[in-house]
Amino acid sequence: MSKTSRALIPLSIFIALAALLFYGLQLNPREVPSPLVNQPAPALTLASLKNPQQMLTAERLRGKVSLVNVWASWCPSCRQEHAELMRIARENNDVQVIGLNWKDTRPEALEMLQQFGDPYAEIFFDPDNRAGIDWGVYGAPETFIVDAQGIIRHKRIGPINREVWQTEMLPIIEQCRGQ
Amino acid sequence: MKQHYQRAAAALLISLLAIGTAAAYTLENFTFDDPARTAEFRTLIGELRCLVCQNESLAGSQAGVAQDLRKEVYRMMQEGKSRDEIVAFLVARYGDFVLYEPPLKPATYILWFGPFLFVGIGGWLLWRTVQRDKATPEPELTAAEQARLQQLLTKAGD
Repeated sequence: MSKTSRALIPLSIFIALAALLFYGLQLNPREVPSPLVNQPAPALTLASLKNPQQMLTAERLRGKVSLVNVWASWCPSCRQEHAELMRIARENNDVQVIGLNWKDTRPEALEMLQQFGDPYAEIFFDPDNRAGIDWGVYGAPETFIVDAQGIIRHKRIGPINREVWQTEMLPIIEQCRGQ
Repeated sequence: MKQHYQRAAAALLISLLAIGTAAAYTLENFTFDDPARTAEFRTLIGELRCLVCQNESLAGSQAGVAQDLRKEVYRMMQEGKSRDEIVAFLVARYGDFVLYEPPLKPATYILWFGPFLFVGIGGWLLWRTVQRDKATPEPELTAAEQARLQQLLTKAGD
């Protein structure tokens, strides 16, 4: 090894380390990978938001690709993604958008839907974070992609926008459709 | 002078009260018949991470999710579940990230053994450098340098 190439070793180590740390800075520490991906959807036995007498179970997720969207009226990012959810529900007939109304109150949740529209085929009402814990929810919004067999295929943490839908979620939904 | 003491005493009392309420705030209602179980509960929630405020443990966080999880841990302990069962319950839902101490498995080998590896590499480099230093003989001084050295040494002796 020549003298110059030896002298370059510390510099290249420094550059590699800087690149690694710079990459680390781009990562979002709030995006914690979920152990539930590629597992069957956990139990989801809750009353319906719109019909308090009606009990819903995870069976509701079968037969169609579902987007299980965790939302609440108190959550600003949920309002931010609401229009995109409306569009997704309108333009994708073979995907059902299912709400998991989380740590919220019934009147406030219903009022938000009245104000901004209702993209949900069905809404599970979870004011006490019962199903939320089983689903590993730690903030709203979160959105799970569940295939027609009831297996979780993806978890999106944070709001959905057009770009997230196109680049992150749609490819997974295409895979679910192909099954 | 007396006033100063009174003020200091008041400040001390207020800060003690503040500490008392801060502790009571997170751990209120969580009591067990067996003091050992209470201690176990407090240790356990101190070892679990709150995913909302990631620099806080479940014990210290006021986030809504942390409160729910404290209740859940308490409920499981009341049911007589062991520490390992409770940890497994949370890891199955939230992932290894809920643990402050990552488990030892192939994905975390570099985390656990990396530091020893780097110390090993550093030690080897140091050893090699020292060996090479020993192997190279001291360069001989020229006659002119010898003379200069003598001159300096005698001068310093004055």
